[in-house]
Amino acid sequence: MTPLVSSPEQYRKADFDVYRVREDFPILHREVYGKPLIYLDNAATTQKPRAVIEAIRRYYEETNANIHRGLHFLSERATEQYEAVRRKIQEFLGASESCEVVFTRGTTESINLVASSLGRLLLQPGDEVVLTTMEHHSNIVPWQLICSATGAKIRVVPINDCGELCLEDFERLLNPRTKIVALTHVSNALGTVNPVHQVVQMAKTVNATVVVDGAQAVSHLPVDVRQLGCDFYAFSGHKLFGPTGIGVLWGRAELLEAMPPYQGGGEMIRTVTFEESTWAKIPHKFEAGTPPIAEVIGLGAAVDYVLQVGYAAIGEHEAALLERATRALATIPGLRIIGNAREKAAVVSFVLEGVHPHDIGTILDRDGIAIRAGHHCAQPLMQRFGVAATARASFAFYNTFSEVDALAAGVEKVIEVFS
Amino acid sequence: MKVEPELRELYQEMIVDHGRRPRNFGRIEPASCRAEGFNPLCGDRVTVYLRCKDGRVRDASFEGQGCAISVASASMMTEAVKGKSREEVERMFDAFHRLLTEENATPAPELGKLKVFAGVREFPSRVKCAVLAWHTLKAALSGTEETVSTE
Repeated sequence: MTPLVSSPEQYRKADFDVYRVREDFPILHREVYGKPLIYLDNAATTQKPRAVIEAIRRYYEETNANIHRGLHFLSERATEQYEAVRRKIQEFLGASESCEVVFTRGTTESINLVASSLGRLLLQPGDEVVLTTMEHHSNIVPWQLICSATGAKIRVVPINDCGELCLEDFERLLNPRTKIVALTHVSNALGTVNPVHQVVQMAKTVNATVVVDGAQAVSHLPVDVRQLGCDFYAFSGHKLFGPTGIGVLWGRAELLEAMPPYQGGGEMIRTVTFEESTWAKIPHKFEAGTPPIAEVIGLGAAVDYVLQVGYAAIGEHEAALLERATRALATIPGLRIIGNAREKAAVVSFVLEGVHPHDIGTILDRDGIAIRAGHHCAQPLMQRFGVAATARASFAFYNTFSEVDALAAGVEKVIEVFS
Repeated sequence: MKVEPELRELYQEMIVDHGRRPRNFGRIEPASCRAEGFNPLCGDRVTVYLRCKDGRVRDASFEGQGCAISVASASMMTEAVKGKSREEVERMFDAFHRLLTEENATPAPELGKLKVFAGVREFPSRVKCAVLAWHTLKAALSGTEETVSTE
């Protein structure tokens, strides 16, 4: 299958005009504290284009019904739209079958699902699950839960001072007891883009199953699960310009089929008696209860929108934003950028000597600049760099050079307040 | 560069100074009571140490890390409570809480220079930073060993 990035509609960078794109996002035109909003907290959640907002409104005004149940007109239309998004996600991820796409509430639920269900299938006492130092808590805690239930152990791949995985150490950790390797595609706190393809090849030498947390990747770069070679890939709609409350877990069909259900309820069964029940086929086995239908429709609109902007244009614009931000911030005295990986998404985490990140956040906020300050749900990573917290500016394709400049000016103001 | 008045109000000279050079920083050995406070949202931690005698706080100190507001609050709190009776400390706690959360609250006289924290009221997400040390102090006085959480 041809990778998505080569399809012609994704090569639209000649047309890319950030100010025109911004017109598609109503919220980007609002003010906060009487100043234009400068939204640089895209790693926390992204803003929504009008196309997504409209798709959700239209669904509720014209199609709302429960799916896979009713025999009536609306239910059939809603089911059709819902399942069409599943096929869209299949294509978006380069997956071979749409039954491999499970809808969840978000990346966190996707990882909990894999950890719990795959863990019960694969893990024996003494087996090992390999994580990395840069994981988000949601790719640590679910594995701790299943390890304590099964007697398996967690091993951690260290990172270097730039925030890159130490692959030699990873190689040394691998052994016949390594059953699962779970890692993030892009670090939420550092921006590091991990060499997932290489990690998968190494993991496969010991037949480990590889789970990828793609929450931070999908808004920045095209993903092709077959090229990556991983076994599971998870992401959230709201970090891809779509609604909250919807996420995706892609998994290889043969694994999903072998795995026990995660939650029980309607929709996920074939037959039920009080003695025993049998399960529906995948993906429905993993979609107990009424799913967030409107959110799935909204996610479909978000995927359409992103593909229309095109990953080539997104990549090029974001690389320019990252370069400008890095250059502007690096010259500020006392400022240290945390995370300098060679392969990096448009995320800049930094600390300022003598000023706590929260104080940076508060002062920037009054300039209308929204950033994140804190541990970014990655406490082990903060410990690795010897900081309690960082300030983080995370960009999306709708951010502009002048917003980057405003960020740098805002940091200068922070220094003035504390001088 | 123009710094907004509400930011100047929040980051007053005294707060910036105590944030940068906290007083009573370190532990008291032996302490008659201590407690730990933690804000899981931001990772700020503080440990408050007290030496009490005859119902009065004879000495107070703290350790920990956090933003300018939380460190300054802990620093100025340890200064303010020294020599005070339990009842006086509790009255200060209540007055401090009101100052930060009630609209148009006029600083109670017993707060003294703690009234510089009135500016925090305009920043609801920062109120927790300012009260963490106070909640920890209260826990230390009541002998709770458990870590106090702002959540």
